[in-house]
Amino acid sequence: MTREKDAGAPPEARDPIRLHKALTRIWGAGPGLARLSSTNHSVLGMRFMITAGVFFLIGGILAMIIRAQLSTPQSAFLGAETYSQIFTLHGTVMMFLFAIPMLEGLAGYMLPKLMGARDLAFPRLTAFGYWCYLFGGSIIVLSLLFGVAPDSGWFMYVPLSSKPHSPGVNSDVWLLGITFVEISALTFATTLVVSILKIRAPGMTLGRMPIFAWYMLVTSLMIILGFPPLILGSILLEAERAFGLPFFDPTRGGSALLWQHLFWIFGHPEVYIIFIPAAGVLSTIVPVFARHPLVGYRAIVAALVAFGFLSFGIWAHHMYTTGIPHMALAFFSLASSLVVVPTAIQIFAWLATFAHGRPRWDVPMLYLFGFLWIFVMGGLTGVMVAMVPFDLQAHDTHFVVAHMHYVLVGGFVFPLLAGLYYWLPLATGRASRFTLARPGFWLIFIGFNLTFFMMHLTGLLGMPRRVFTYPGHEGWMWLNVLSSIGGMVLTMGFAVILADLALHARFGRRARRDPWEGGTLDWAIPRPPTFYAFASLPRIETRADRIDPRELGRELAAGEGYLGDTRNGWQETLGIHVTTGEADQVIIFPRQSYEPLVTAATVGLTVLAMLFKLYPVAVAGFFVVSAMFVFRAQSAGLREDHGPLPIGRGEAVPPHTEAESSPPLLALVVALVADGTILASLIYAGFYNWLVAANWPPPELARGGLIPVALAVAALVAASGCARGALAALGRGGNPVPWIGAGIFAGLAVTGIVGAILAGLPDPRSHAHPATVFMLVGYIGLHAYVGLLFLVSNALRYRAGYLSARRRLDLRLTRVWQDYTAVSGIVILLVVLALPALAPLAEGRP
Amino acid sequence: MALLLGGCGGPLSALDPAGPGTASIARLWWMMFWGSAAIFLLTMVLFAIVMLRPNWGARVSPLRWIVCGGLGLPALVLPPLAGYSLWTGEALLPTADRDAVRIEAEAAMWSWTFRYPDHGGAETVDILHLPEGEPVEIHLTSRDVIHSFWIPRLTGKRDNIPGQVNVLWLQADGAAGEEGAIEGTCAEYCGIGHAAMRFEVRVHPEDKMEAAIAATPRGDPPRMRTELPVPAGLPVEPLR
Ligand code: HEM
Ligand SMILES: [Cu+2]
Ligand SMILES: [Cu+2]
Repeated sequence: MTREKDAGAPPEARDPIRLHKALTRIWGAGPGLARLSSTNHSVLGMRFMITAGVFFLIGGILAMIIRAQLSTPQSAFLGAETYSQIFTLHGTVMMFLFAIPMLEGLAGYMLPKLMGARDLAFPRLTAFGYWCYLFGGSIIVLSLLFGVAPDSGWFMYVPLSSKPHSPGVNSDVWLLGITFVEISALTFATTLVVSILKIRAPGMTLGRMPIFAWYMLVTSLMIILGFPPLILGSILLEAERAFGLPFFDPTRGGSALLWQHLFWIFGHPEVYIIFIPAAGVLSTIVPVFARHPLVGYRAIVAALVAFGFLSFGIWAHHMYTTGIPHMALAFFSLASSLVVVPTAIQIFAWLATFAHGRPRWDVPMLYLFGFLWIFVMGGLTGVMVAMVPFDLQAHDTHFVVAHMHYVLVGGFVFPLLAGLYYWLPLATGRASRFTLARPGFWLIFIGFNLTFFMMHLTGLLGMPRRVFTYPGHEGWMWLNVLSSIGGMVLTMGFAVILADLALHARFGRRARRDPWEGGTLDWAIPRPPTFYAFASLPRIETRADRIDPRELGRELAAGEGYLGDTRNGWQETLGIHVTTGEADQVIIFPRQSYEPLVTAATVGLTVLAMLFKLYPVAVAGFFVVSAMFVFRAQSAGLREDHGPLPIGRGEAVPPHTEAESSPPLLALVVALVADGTILASLIYAGFYNWLVAANWPPPELARGGLIPVALAVAALVAASGCARGALAALGRGGNPVPWIGAGIFAGLAVTGIVGAILAGLPDPRSHAHPATVFMLVGYIGLHAYVGLLFLVSNALRYRAGYLSARRRLDLRLTRVWQDYTAVSGIVILLVVLALPALAPLAEGRP
Repeated sequence: MALLLGGCGGPLSALDPAGPGTASIARLWWMMFWGSAAIFLLTMVLFAIVMLRPNWGARVSPLRWIVCGGLGLPALVLPPLAGYSLWTGEALLPTADRDAVRIEAEAAMWSWTFRYPDHGGAETVDILHLPEGEPVEIHLTSRDVIHSFWIPRLTGKRDNIPGQVNVLWLQADGAAGEEGAIEGTCAEYCGIGHAAMRFEVRVHPEDKMEAAIAATPRGDPPRMRTELPVPAGLPVEPLR
């Protein structure tokens, strides 16, 4: 890094100790229980990772139970019913409660440190997401103790999971719990996108970002686009189970395959969502141990983007056996095999980095070797199952179980362990001892291969997955015995790693700065990390993995970078322009608070109320939560105009409340992309059933009626016009309240008309068509309702002095929301009008 | 390796073909197996070299590494593989010039009912009779949830999905008269009876089919179903 001397305060005026104390007073989390109110990224990131680690142990214990049961034929250890809950929970816990939250925690913990920021964009939202995850995950896992755990497999195929065949509460636990957890993932992904784009050290253009940030940007965008289809699917299935809306019931115009499409449009990207961050960890570690900067930075970024796109085009490779048309099979098969290309680019970029460097061998490298061995094998079996004829044999057998564990454990757990040993000195401030890391590695590596290699063979010998036992004459027995022994070795390996961590925490000596000679900003902060991470923020002039953390760390601690002083007790960091990387605002974070915990607990109670079918309580909970969000917004922001604030190095930028492009605006846009994907999935579901489901056309078509539709469109446009009027009035220094009032009136009109349309529909329980129209129109109503919340909040906050001609953020957000509501509402109404016109088309279909 | 090559047999083995479908898929598998083994070795050897002999790999420019490995290798391997796989897939499809025997396989929780419209319209439960050397067209339906019809020694699986009819083509070339040589199973998880949802396949010369079907006792489940420990009296409801 090249640094010009700060023209401002002379260096001797800066005292690292004083600065540290001042910043800690502002940023520090309270002691004891007050920690629960913390919104700090280090605290929350660690909390995510530890919680995910606990869920990994739970999932691992379930896996051991599975292996114990399968080790011998005709085993009487578990019954079929218990086994079904255990394998479903194992898959669900590992995918939703271990892998995704673990990568979120890792990203939340590391990204600000790698990018030279003091926190993530939305600390309270992050805390809210954590509590949602914890509560949702606990509901799912605790259900096992009551014997009502989900039992239809981790992809919950209908009709097995629908009411007639799963009358118990088991499926509801999955649908509600997972949706709860996924909302947490969506809020987190939104936070990450905004943080990566807007909150970096000045001078860090996109092309200078540490490569891990690129991996997380792609991952977060994939979450934004990939999770909504499953959220929508879960809502539809829960609506079918709870209220009888038949989206998936073939006797009433629904389709069982619709669920599979919605699930795998999510499910396939999900697997890459898990792998990509892990690859990002490796791309961070490889150059350090190769002692050579990562080669092919641009090629890797291009490969990541290709990965992201491809992953959304290949979901049907999970459905080769369902009888989808032959041409479609060929397309999905070719697209699936193309995934090899970005993967190979990635792997050869690492090999090239080693080839051009002077590699050295240390514990993280051991795990990297384990990754390479296992992941390459998993990738190769992946190409095999992408080939349709072979998959027709391998699908739903233990061959696939083997394949997915080679990819998931090789592609996620091993890189994670490499990252654990790499960043341990940073997180604990203690030098690694590594006494047990090596034996632990070999136990895990050998145990893993023994466990799962055998499953390829049992699969080829015809062992279907999810069988709780087998007669024993098929030739599977010895392979299963070996596999279970491998499982025990594997478990011992993880126990050894846990012991190693305990020893490290107890006996580790203090680590020096940058023990691995890495070139990234994370090593320039105090170890263990302080709450504020950077005492002052660096300016970046080179690619951010080629800096010298030792030199830079001392300068930053002395407050020689940006924001090297405290002001008004604010928790400050810098926001930058997305592409130029120049500072364009001071972001002032809200204080830590218990609100996220309270809100998430209320949402949790609402979910429980739905689980126990106490719908009035659930509705009440819904309104309480809405009120909380309005209330919570009341304290955000600043009551005065400040104008440009000095940030050091002779620069001055306005606070985020007065900035042109402040993080909440970007966040709203990202959230609306996710929201729009939910809508697109719903429309897809409507058309899908129309085109392929049995029992069409419906007995009675749902028609919106031209007059109500015209009225609704008028009210939607009026609401969006009022939002613009309010914004313009405020900008002129006038009073926006009359416009806000008119907007509220328009919003009420929308909800009223929508209610009338809903009331005039045929019974949505009669057929999938009215059910879909019911959901579509309900979508407008829900958005109009949220628009009302925005308006109420605007009026209150204007009264309280948070809005001014300069501080117009609130009204901007409202405008974006109302515009989206209007556009999506009009699209929906057109679809509703168009569907009956399509009825004749449906007659001629196969 | 010996394990791999030696013990490929078994009544459900996809590597022990008893018909043209599985035979061609098994060929594809062995081809992919050896190809994968080679690529795996190549990667591990490259890794060993770059770690142990840094100067060797440095002679190749980074760009060339990425282009050769990331684009070249897949370009070399994927097109022939995909082509061969498509060709194999075509061969699994019905051949238009031959009249196939039609059999219906209706799945329900948790048993299989087979009907033989071309052989007098009788039905059997959990025992499937197939004519030797004749192409057969199996019509797959389900009465409740999704199941999947799979006879690994004959061809790949195909799902039984409520609300639709799927068709699977297969042909049994060998094992006529050998009891217990070929089995079938449900491959899609369908509830607690899934593990027990297996069936026996008996192959006969075409002219003995009708007699064999008529002689099949009803309500007498095949061996591998009774061998499973179904403690709580697994509710395998007999059909109708
Ligand atoms: C720690 C060692 C692990 C062992 C020994 C293990 C073992 C198993 C076994 C034997 C099955 C097959 C169950 C059956 O089909 O009857 C299974 C299923 C599964 N495992 Fe693992 N597993 C392990 C770790 C993981 C991890 C780390 C993940 C994901 C990140 C994972 C994800 C899954 C999934 C998604 C399924 C499918 C569940 C279903 O069929 O619904 N497993 N595991
Ligand atoms: Cu996939
Ligand atoms: Cu089944």
